[in-house]
Amino acid sequence: MAQQVFILVGTRKGAFILESDGARRDWTLRGPFCETWPTHHVVADPASGTLYAGGGNEWFGPAVWKSTDFGASWTHSSEGLAFEAGQTPVKAVWSLAVGADGRLYAGVEPAGLFVSADGGESWSHVEGLQNHPTRPEWNPGGAGLILHSLVLDPADTNKIWVGISAAGVFATEDGGASWEPRNRGTRADFLPEGQNYPEFGQCVHCLVRAPGGGARLYQQNHCGMYRSDDGGRRWESIEQGLPSSFGFPAAVHPRDPDSLFLIPLNGDIKGRFMPGGNTAVWRTRDGGANWQAGRAGLPQGDAYFNVLRQAMATDTLEPAGVYFGTNAGALYGSIDEGDTWTCLAPYLPTITSVETLVMER
Amino acid sequence: MGEDAPSQTPGEARAPVLVRLPPHLVVLFPDAEPRVALQAGSVAEMVAALDRRWPGMRARICDETPAIRRHVNVFVDGRRARLSTALAPGADVFIITAISGG
Repeated sequence: MAQQVFILVGTRKGAFILESDGARRDWTLRGPFCETWPTHHVVADPASGTLYAGGGNEWFGPAVWKSTDFGASWTHSSEGLAFEAGQTPVKAVWSLAVGADGRLYAGVEPAGLFVSADGGESWSHVEGLQNHPTRPEWNPGGAGLILHSLVLDPADTNKIWVGISAAGVFATEDGGASWEPRNRGTRADFLPEGQNYPEFGQCVHCLVRAPGGGARLYQQNHCGMYRSDDGGRRWESIEQGLPSSFGFPAAVHPRDPDSLFLIPLNGDIKGRFMPGGNTAVWRTRDGGANWQAGRAGLPQGDAYFNVLRQAMATDTLEPAGVYFGTNAGALYGSIDEGDTWTCLAPYLPTITSVETLVMER
Repeated sequence: MGEDAPSQTPGEARAPVLVRLPPHLVVLFPDAEPRVALQAGSVAEMVAALDRRWPGMRARICDETPAIRRHVNVFVDGRRARLSTALAPGADVFIITAISGG
């Protein structure tokens, strides 16, 4: 059976799609889509191939765009994608996720969660998250008070984890009615000495779930890299062996829960570049105990770009493909799990997100 | 309720208002037109009429305050308006995207 591989790229000026066959050597680029709206996240429903793009336009507000023909045509909607009258208006959609039950979730700025049961045509506010008693004390991170990470459990649609900058990780096990912070063990170095392990208020940068049906999560935080083996109730640092504790994206392997890809930067006050201007994607094969840098094919020296929090992803092929996009607009890909890299598109707008879709035809 | 809440003055038989839409709003709705004549007694009624004609357009022009979006300006007969601004018969309305949003 032939395979069709798509890389879904969100940028500050619309969505783009790269397409290849299963060999992943020759890619064609299409776009920009979504009327060049700032697009924070483009995802696919792997069951149907429907594409969704979430974003927000400074003039016209938030919307989720939808394509049922692999990007040839798009519609948009924001019906119901609003808080109650009088609240700070929803500015933009930051994250999207398709549940095992087909429901579509959207995380927004200011931090809130919405769900659609009709494929993004209309939305309902998942009020339980905003009703959490800690909500008045949530503070924005550098990109605003954003719900940027949205993790669903394919085996239990009542379980959802969210990452909010800078409120931390929150989880529900009842479909969103009630939530609890899950930040134990993660640092907040930016708080006064002695207050560095609060219940909430950590600056989580990216939260991902390991494959395999277990309770393992990984996160890249403003202050460290972490693994949890109990659904986020307790986090262990895995930053030993990495060049810094700071970075934005994290991507899991499609099948191996012990494999993770990170892109450490040189810290939060030194420009947020890769150390020494040398591009590297760091990989662990043992849950974070040991790390190897993949550099072959990536710019070495004088490379002063970074990679944003949603701009790295893997595909589901064997061996797994890994892809990341830079704030300078270049998209890189590896078809050998991060050993060697190729630039797939050098001149896109600032890349905000990267996701993949593999269709069997 | 926001201070910009819509008035509910019913429209009566009167000369239609002429509304000009910005091009990057028009492109979001496949059959939208850049100039439209419609019956409305206030800016809020005008937005409601646009939304009936092109479902979803209200959400592009207004937020949930409810108010006209921060970087969208509505001018009525040359003066900047709010949702509650009354529209005289035959009023000339421009919906314009602010340079601050671009």
